[in-house]
Amino acid sequence: MAKRIDVSDLDIFYGNFKAVEGVNVSIEPRSVTALIGPSGCGKSTFLRSLNRMHEVIPGARVEGKVVIDGQDLYGSDVDPVDVRRQIGMVFQRPNPFPTMSIYDNVVAGVRLNSKKMKKNDLDDLVESSLRGANLWNEVKDRLDRPGSGLSGGQQQRLCIARAIAVQPEVLLMDEPCSALDPISTLAIEDLMTELKDRFTIVIVTHNMQQAARVSEQTGFFNLNGVGQPGRLIEFNPTEKIFSNPDQKATEDYISGRFG
Amino acid sequence: MTSLDTKPRKADKPARAVRSAGDRTFAGLSTGAGILILVVLAGVAAFLIAESLDAISAPAAEVPGGEGVWSYVGPLVFGTLLAAVIALLVATPLGVAIALFITYYAPKRIAATLGYLIDLLAAIPSVVYGFWGLAALAPSLVPFYAWAERNLGFLPFFAGPASVTGRTMLTAGLVLAIMILPIISAISREVFSQAPALHREAALALGATRWEMIKMAVLPYGKSGVIGGAMLGLGRALGETLAVAIVLSVSGGITFDLISSSNPSTIAANIALQFPESSGLDVSTLIFTGLVLFVITLAVNMLARYVVNRRADFSGAN
Repeated sequence: MAKRIDVSDLDIFYGNFKAVEGVNVSIEPRSVTALIGPSGCGKSTFLRSLNRMHEVIPGARVEGKVVIDGQDLYGSDVDPVDVRRQIGMVFQRPNPFPTMSIYDNVVAGVRLNSKKMKKNDLDDLVESSLRGANLWNEVKDRLDRPGSGLSGGQQQRLCIARAIAVQPEVLLMDEPCSALDPISTLAIEDLMTELKDRFTIVIVTHNMQQAARVSEQTGFFNLNGVGQPGRLIEFNPTEKIFSNPDQKATEDYISGRFG
Repeated sequence: MTSLDTKPRKADKPARAVRSAGDRTFAGLSTGAGILILVVLAGVAAFLIAESLDAISAPAAEVPGGEGVWSYVGPLVFGTLLAAVIALLVATPLGVAIALFITYYAPKRIAATLGYLIDLLAAIPSVVYGFWGLAALAPSLVPFYAWAERNLGFLPFFAGPASVTGRTMLTAGLVLAIMILPIISAISREVFSQAPALHREAALALGATRWEMIKMAVLPYGKSGVIGGAMLGLGRALGETLAVAIVLSVSGGITFDLISSSNPSTIAANIALQFPESSGLDVSTLIFTGLVLFVITLAVNMLARYVVNRRADFSGAN
């Protein structure tokens, strides 16, 4: 189920503005890959280009290739809706559907795939997804209550349960802990460590300790100046990035001697 | 006796929070405005009740129609509700569809122009709608009514005989629908465009198509706004006087036949048509029908409130 992602010569544009330039990277399956870098360097844009979510903004387009196990995401016959069904995403701010119960939130993606499932199978899926997101014990008695009544950390885990319920091949996380307290953050990080056995995980984070704790590989994005496109400066095993990076810019950034 | 010291000093004035003069002035003004609304509402209600007492207490035979106020107002209530419900059934889906098109489907320039044109509908005076309905819409619907009578006559709504002037309950309802369309579509547009990007993105990231995204993240969020808009529209449709008075051919009582020329009137149109020639008890009776309309409108609004609040937990406001 977990798949590798090969990105070659990827440029991302918003209208005429080139936001990201020349990304070449291979992301290994069954691992956590962290993307770090200063604000506005294009790491979130890059992440969103991996499931074509950046296209939500009018005028967004890419040049180059993103290939997931041989399938070109930007092939002319590929529907972005299908791409997003294979590649799950968790956002910066927890966003369970406020008009749905916890149960309905978890199965929202499955219902979209318009598979008719028996009530029993749905129940099992809800339980396994919520267990997968380490949330089952906290919510099993109130599955019919709105998801918006949970705490921030619980809501984020609900969003993760919703994302993994459709059995995606890849899980993208865009600063999933930046709105959470340290204890909830720890819970999500533990969860990532468990989930990487089943999914390919790519996470954008501003928290370098987090990148160091959870990821095997780390990519450092940077830009030369305002209005310039962001670039992938360095992509290496996390240990190497944080102990002996190849690039001076990376070392400056992780040691806080930046800008 | 140590407790004496720690006892809260209730007798003293509680410490006043420091508030600026501007803050106090504004608080006073807004409180005053709120109270004024209540006073006006109470005044209208008191006037209606006081003036209609004569008709309520009068012997049945002396009231217009000769059978008492209740049988006088009955067909009018029915006509009012029927016309308003037709208008609402037509205008709500149309208004919601227009709002969705403008907010999520149309290219920006078309959306802006269309929104402007729809708003323009609200600026047309109701007398113009009335004459348009009488002179343009009604005649052009006559062939349809004849067709409906022949082919759909088994339904009570199209039992006929079909009107040859087109001045039917359905025509009146359609004119009302166009009149309330801008209200419903403007409010729907407003709430739809405010559906949080957070939840729209959540739906898209799960692999929702645009329509599925609208179903998951926009419509549930906008539901209470749409209901509110529909109720505002209903309020206007219930109270609309001139357009109905001009369009509707009135004779007869309660019927579900929408295409014949014998229709019950509506309360507001009936007041407008009868008032100039009324005096004494007739006036009191008309005011009584006005009181009934007032109560209906109030009930509709309270019902809408109840519907909107019923699932407040799930409203998306939290």
